[in-house]
Amino acid sequence: MKKQLPVFLTFICAFLLTVQYFVPHRSFEQIYEVSNIWLQIIGVFSIFLGITSLVTMHVRKIRHRQRQWQYSFITLGGLFAMVAAGLIPALEQRGSYEWLYDHILNPISATMFSLLAFFIASAAFRAFRARSAIATILLLAAVFVMLGRVPLGDRMSHGLFPAIADWLLNVPNVAAKRAILIGVGLGEASMALRVMLGIERSYMAGE
Amino acid sequence: MLRSWLYLGPLLFALSLPRGAYGQTLTAADTPNDHGKSITLSWTNPGPGTHVDQFNLFRSISSIGPFESTAVLKGEAHEYVDACEDLTNGTPYYYKIIARIESGDFEYPVAGPVVPEGQWFHTGKTVVLVFAVAFSFLVLLMIQRAREGRELYVRPIAGIDAVDEAIGRATEMGRPILFIPGISEASEVATIAAFTILGRVAQRTAEYQTRLVVPNVYATVMIIAQEVVKSAYLNAGRPDAYDEKDIFYVTSEQFPFTAAVNGLMLREKPATNFYLGKFYAESLILAETGFQAGSMQIAGTDELTQIPFFVAACDYTLMGEELYAASAYLSKDPLQLGTLKGQDIAKLIIVLVLLLGIIATTFGSDIVTKLLSIRL
Repeated sequence: MKKQLPVFLTFICAFLLTVQYFVPHRSFEQIYEVSNIWLQIIGVFSIFLGITSLVTMHVRKIRHRQRQWQYSFITLGGLFAMVAAGLIPALEQRGSYEWLYDHILNPISATMFSLLAFFIASAAFRAFRARSAIATILLLAAVFVMLGRVPLGDRMSHGLFPAIADWLLNVPNVAAKRAILIGVGLGEASMALRVMLGIERSYMAGE
Repeated sequence: MLRSWLYLGPLLFALSLPRGAYGQTLTAADTPNDHGKSITLSWTNPGPGTHVDQFNLFRSISSIGPFESTAVLKGEAHEYVDACEDLTNGTPYYYKIIARIESGDFEYPVAGPVVPEGQWFHTGKTVVLVFAVAFSFLVLLMIQRAREGRELYVRPIAGIDAVDEAIGRATEMGRPILFIPGISEASEVATIAAFTILGRVAQRTAEYQTRLVVPNVYATVMIIAQEVVKSAYLNAGRPDAYDEKDIFYVTSEQFPFTAAVNGLMLREKPATNFYLGKFYAESLILAETGFQAGSMQIAGTDELTQIPFFVAACDYTLMGEELYAASAYLSKDPLQLGTLKGQDIAKLIIVLVLLLGIIATTFGSDIVTKLLSIRL
């Protein structure tokens, strides 16, 4: 029963949602909407477990004075400040939550994202070493694409580099991407079938 | 359905009505492939070369009115979809349109009755249905063959073969293993695939007594990951070694999660990092930090744009479908291997159809493109 009931529920839910894709009728749209609401309800309940996990981990870190434990105060402070700004009516009415989101969280996230530029440079330095014939082809392709994307490359080659770059991006690149996409699509469908039929049960902790 | 038949008489009558002086027509029909509450209207120009300033569209539940204004459209418009929640499925509607031209207003003959209704099948998705049924049949056939005991060959996947080596390295170095099951929800297929590999990794770490750290973006993913790891430790006979606190929730925000995991990598210096599941812009930030921390790295994702980043920064990368094949490859279960075989045959069929399409298009025929088109 412990095995069969979850597999049965999974099959029913997956089957109904698959059928829903082909049926535009309102009754099936409602099935989709209701299942999304259920998903959100489950998510709301699980967030309490998530917060408990986060608080427990950082309290333990502070208590045992683990490496860089001081930062845990900032994490916990940030967590409680956001909760207070969203739940305390006086703070919420003054727009404290939005202020914290727009002036602290968003700039910090943007800073992390901007690091990507430097990481791309360091990864490209390693990836584009001409260690073998294939790596050399990759390097040459990268050089043409980079030169084709800047005005200097256009002026140097009288439009040849942009044309080569466009060809590389639109022909071999798209062909490879589509091949991977077809594989991904079939892989997903196959995996979904395995889950529906109860062959794949890793989400049930191997039951 | 019965109502449609009842209204067929008036509809035929409406169609037999004489057209306007210049042959102007207004046609109204239920919008196909929707949940109802929508009617598609189309009309011709009031006269050859006549400039129209605007069209005023009116709707009524009776052919004699009263008509209420529904929309005001530009003079170039020749089609309009009247979709609103005010429309009731099963109720007949009548439409009229007035064109504002230089010499005054021109009224088209009333169109209707037309009954909006929801459809039980989206005809634009027929190709998808046919392929889905054929693919499912193929997979089930292959599963049946596998059940009969036929041996199925699966090509080696370097990234999965390296899992044991990566765990052995961590054990020798006495450092932890970091496993990130993507940054998507548990309902994502890639996340489910990551759980399978997590189970395998956890079983080995339990046997070798190596610490396994799993930071999570979603609490639901954390709960499942905890169960998967706990179960693996139990199977390995080491339930005492399982520490629930090593599988923890960080945050559901993308870049704060990345910052937290980067900090973890630089502090703990894990011997091996696994990035398996759905990843977006954080993929390279994580993988490069892992490289700088000196970790061996195995990645796998179905996110096309992130695959090159992982290939550049990691030791092994499972590309697209290889991530999904991992569970079958690791378990060697004939049933699971059967689904892989079905997948391969479907791929072959797709390649043949592609070739057919290429040949047909080369010779100026669009028959294959038309046959396989999907209207959403």
